[in-house]
Amino acid sequence: MIGPQGFLARARALYLPLALLLVAMLFPFYWMLITSIKPNRELYSAKIMPLVVHQPTLKHYIDLLYETNFLTWTYNTMLVAVVTTLASVVIATMIAYPLARLRFPGAAVVAIGIAATYLVPQPLLFIPMSDIINRLELGNTLTAVMLTYPTLLIPFSAWLLMGYFKSVPRELEEAARIDGASRFQAMTRIVLPLCTPGLLSAGIFSFTLAQNEFLYALIFLAKSEVRTVPIGVVTELIRGDVFYWGQLMAGALLGSIPVAIIYSFFVDYYVAGLTAGAVKN
Amino acid sequence: MAVGPATLARPAPVEGRPVTLRGLLEREGVFSWLMLAPGVLFLLAFVAYPFFYGIFLSLQDRRVASEGVFVGLANFRTLVRDAVFWQVTGNTLKYVAITTVLKLTGGLAMALVVNQRFRGRNLVRAALLLPFIVPTALSTVAWMWILDPTFSVVNWLLVHGGLISSGYSWLGNASLAMWSLIVVNTWRGMPFYGITLLAGLQTISPDLYEAASIDGASTVQRFLYVTLPVIKPVLIIVTMFSVIFTFGDFQLIYALTHGGPANATHVFSTWSFDIGMSAGLLGMGAAVALAILPALVVLIIGLTIYLRRE
Repeated sequence: MIGPQGFLARARALYLPLALLLVAMLFPFYWMLITSIKPNRELYSAKIMPLVVHQPTLKHYIDLLYETNFLTWTYNTMLVAVVTTLASVVIATMIAYPLARLRFPGAAVVAIGIAATYLVPQPLLFIPMSDIINRLELGNTLTAVMLTYPTLLIPFSAWLLMGYFKSVPRELEEAARIDGASRFQAMTRIVLPLCTPGLLSAGIFSFTLAQNEFLYALIFLAKSEVRTVPIGVVTELIRGDVFYWGQLMAGALLGSIPVAIIYSFFVDYYVAGLTAGAVKN
Repeated sequence: MAVGPATLARPAPVEGRPVTLRGLLEREGVFSWLMLAPGVLFLLAFVAYPFFYGIFLSLQDRRVASEGVFVGLANFRTLVRDAVFWQVTGNTLKYVAITTVLKLTGGLAMALVVNQRFRGRNLVRAALLLPFIVPTALSTVAWMWILDPTFSVVNWLLVHGGLISSGYSWLGNASLAMWSLIVVNTWRGMPFYGITLLAGLQTISPDLYEAASIDGASTVQRFLYVTLPVIKPVLIIVTMFSVIFTFGDFQLIYALTHGGPANATHVFSTWSFDIGMSAGLLGMGAAVALAILPALVVLIIGLTIYLRRE
């Protein structure tokens, strides 16, 4: 059935807009990549065609790894992201489970409170938070960000998990309780295993949020040894007076890779988490 | 495990029986609150307390490393007389309004395109979402280089395409800088709309379109009378969330322009950072941050009412 006319129609409705979208969304990543492997004489010359690399080099990557604290920043970022993700998913589970499945006094107030903490934007909290962290004498420690990131991760994860917990049929849990399982056992052995996709969604989302966090890290981590990748890249690799773009792009690209890998393995869970708030199942 | 008779063997707790620890833990209220306690206490200490402490700070003349002095509403009175405050208000509104319109229309277009059947659709969907998942500060750095005053690739393309004779200073010129921020924010946020709306579109049954076609509806009519009504709730919720988060946007602006040139791209979050952190005026900085609260409260109430009604 698809003749030349069918192909033209499909090109207009699908291939052309799709190609435009992909170019617009992915061009900055392409630009990061080729900038990071161009030698300086190509980067800073107005005469050479910039869209491709003529003589690729790994010099910027070597400089980045040997001359800056990039590896330390990467270690800090991963440590903070893993710790805060695990802690946040556990605490969010403990919040979401009773709210989704049990009846008790105060449930409505807690549910509204959780939603409110999710919607309070960070710029409203960072100034008082900086004073609190100073008074706790936690400035320039990773503990400062480990304590503050969960304020962003827990409300979202709890909200996401409530939807999953509600979907487990009550009868399954009741059967286990009749067989003598305690409430805690019914939760850990019946409901949680059935909600593995939800726990994964919450985990992946929290991990990407933790890797993306900028404001608290900027305020609390002023020493190079404790910085995370986004802060290190923006505050230390941007140097006004010298040519630094190759190294900067190498840092930006390497810093994006952990998130991109995790995301590519669990893209469906990520999308499920993204749409859970807006689309009802 | 025993089934059936066990139900009968477990008597309901009777008055006067000694309360065992296990019996106590099995009570719905006790169990629930024990589970909730760590999380609720944590959020009270690190969200609720800073929030109210921020209001308290905004009523003080408080500098870093010194005691605060209560000044009532003096900080707010200073702000409303400051021309920069009104410039920042205008910038914030412009930034939020224009990016929201662009992200919404672009995202809807993205969803409609990707909703068609074609090979490799999941891969395309995953690729299109990349700008949203990559750490914003890092992708913003790539945009800084794309918009570099001397070596901007955009300028190179425009000059070599014969559209302009010499390059623009995308981040150095006041109005171009604001538009650059708007483009980068749209680039980052559009996939969020696109993928969420796509999920909404996929809930529409093909029967509806078929029925509409049989009734002689054109493509435009099918969009207006079938697609739009079904995805309207998703559309509204996604937009409200996005507006709330765009109001709080910080890192993209901080990394790309620092609020410059000459305050032209400062929004409330970056300006309060400059005042509160860089200049160390905690009280005044807190007051600036609180300026977004009224708009935020209206949005959150609107969202709550809408979610309740649905």
